[in-house]
Amino acid sequence: MLTKRIIACMDVRDGQVVKGVQFQQLRHAGDPAELAQRYNVEGIDEVVVLDITATLESRQALAKTISAVAHRIFLPLTVGGGIRKEGDAAAAVDAGADKVSLNTAALNNPTLISTLARRYGSQAVIVAIDAKRRGNGFAVYVRSGTSDAARDAVEWAREAESRGAGEILLTSMDRDGTRSGFDCDMTAAVANAVNIPVIASGGAGDLDHFYDVFTHGRADAALAASIFHYDDTSVSELKKYLNGRNIPVRM
Amino acid sequence: MIALIDYGAGNLTSVRKALTALGANFATPARPEECPRFSALIVPGVGNFASTAALVGPWRDAIAETVRRGTPLFGICLGMQWLFEGSDEAPDVPGLGVLEGRVTRLRGDAEAGLKIPHVGWNALKFRGPTPRGADLSGPRSRMLAGLDDGAHVYFTHSYAAPITEACVAATTHGDTFASVVERGNVFGVQFHPEKSSDAGLQIIRNFLEVTRTLPAAATRAEAEC
Repeated sequence: MLTKRIIACMDVRDGQVVKGVQFQQLRHAGDPAELAQRYNVEGIDEVVVLDITATLESRQALAKTISAVAHRIFLPLTVGGGIRKEGDAAAAVDAGADKVSLNTAALNNPTLISTLARRYGSQAVIVAIDAKRRGNGFAVYVRSGTSDAARDAVEWAREAESRGAGEILLTSMDRDGTRSGFDCDMTAAVANAVNIPVIASGGAGDLDHFYDVFTHGRADAALAASIFHYDDTSVSELKKYLNGRNIPVRM
Repeated sequence: MIALIDYGAGNLTSVRKALTALGANFATPARPEECPRFSALIVPGVGNFASTAALVGPWRDAIAETVRRGTPLFGICLGMQWLFEGSDEAPDVPGLGVLEGRVTRLRGDAEAGLKIPHVGWNALKFRGPTPRGADLSGPRSRMLAGLDDGAHVYFTHSYAAPITEACVAATTHGDTFASVVERGNVFGVQFHPEKSSDAGLQIIRNFLEVTRTLPAAATRAEAEC
């Protein structure tokens, strides 16, 4: 039986892991390669490295970070942040990324999804969607959550799938960093609308939040950052808990 | 020296990294005629079966001839599918055909939450004679040595190979398909051992062990290199 994946996300700036609350107020959380190795030992299923500044200088530094992480772990590695064109994706893949995550660039230039899917396969292309609740829908934001894209998350996820995305990484901006639980309604709305895996993100704070997003939220995978970084919750503890509640996980 | 066949289907960085970490000597042959000089062949690959069209012709002939001489062959993901006769994903492209059967698309079941592609960690269910199997009369699976029945590995694919006599471990995602095959010195895995943490590295280590314990092939490779 296919297990539910637990994914650790590392927001990286200048080669260091940082984490904010609702996309603001950054604090430092350590060396990416060391953290990745710790997660591997604890049983993490996958690792995401997000370059949260994505300036030209930081992108060059990012290649080093990706390579350092890729040499320490033998797990699927996704890289996102600042991937605007095919060459950026190629640089990430060459440095050791298995998948790239597209956000703003996918909305600005949706053909980039199909271009990368043709070159690397759909399994290598994740479309990341940052969204907030608005009325009965979910409004998509771009540019690290600063700009309203005037799109609905469910409809955009469907289009991304049709263009060749292999997975959707759905972040609730309302919940990001708040530790108040994933937005299960939003996750379920997107998961029910597409046939590709949906990774839920934003709001993980407690063990039962993961249970909720895998059941009520219909997520295929759940991503968290801060609760793993600061030793509040270990990955192994989380998996034991989920296993005990009959959620299939890799032990 | 192991030949890592690069035919342009996906990125080989991860496979190279895993082989390096396990201390393997490997190189990427530039021309098919070089294949027989190697002590083992690895055919990796990610993506559409159509990309194996790059192997049709001289590469396929050279690999087939090398395998006929007893040189171990290890197909990974698309490389494993290529060991079969062909795939519904690209019906006009012939596989290597060293294993019987055709690769077909997984059906999935959206209602039951079984999405396609099959992405993530799933279990290997050992079949037939295994290191821990009840039937010890047949050959033991060399690829599964040191692994537990039920071990989880990382998959990402939409097409899969049928269960045949060569199947030593199967996996279920709606359909049950061959996730590890082994016949003679031909081996294949549908998942990505280079992405499957300790269980995956153990399988690669097992293949390296197979190549090390075949002195004839290794000696011949040294002599011809």
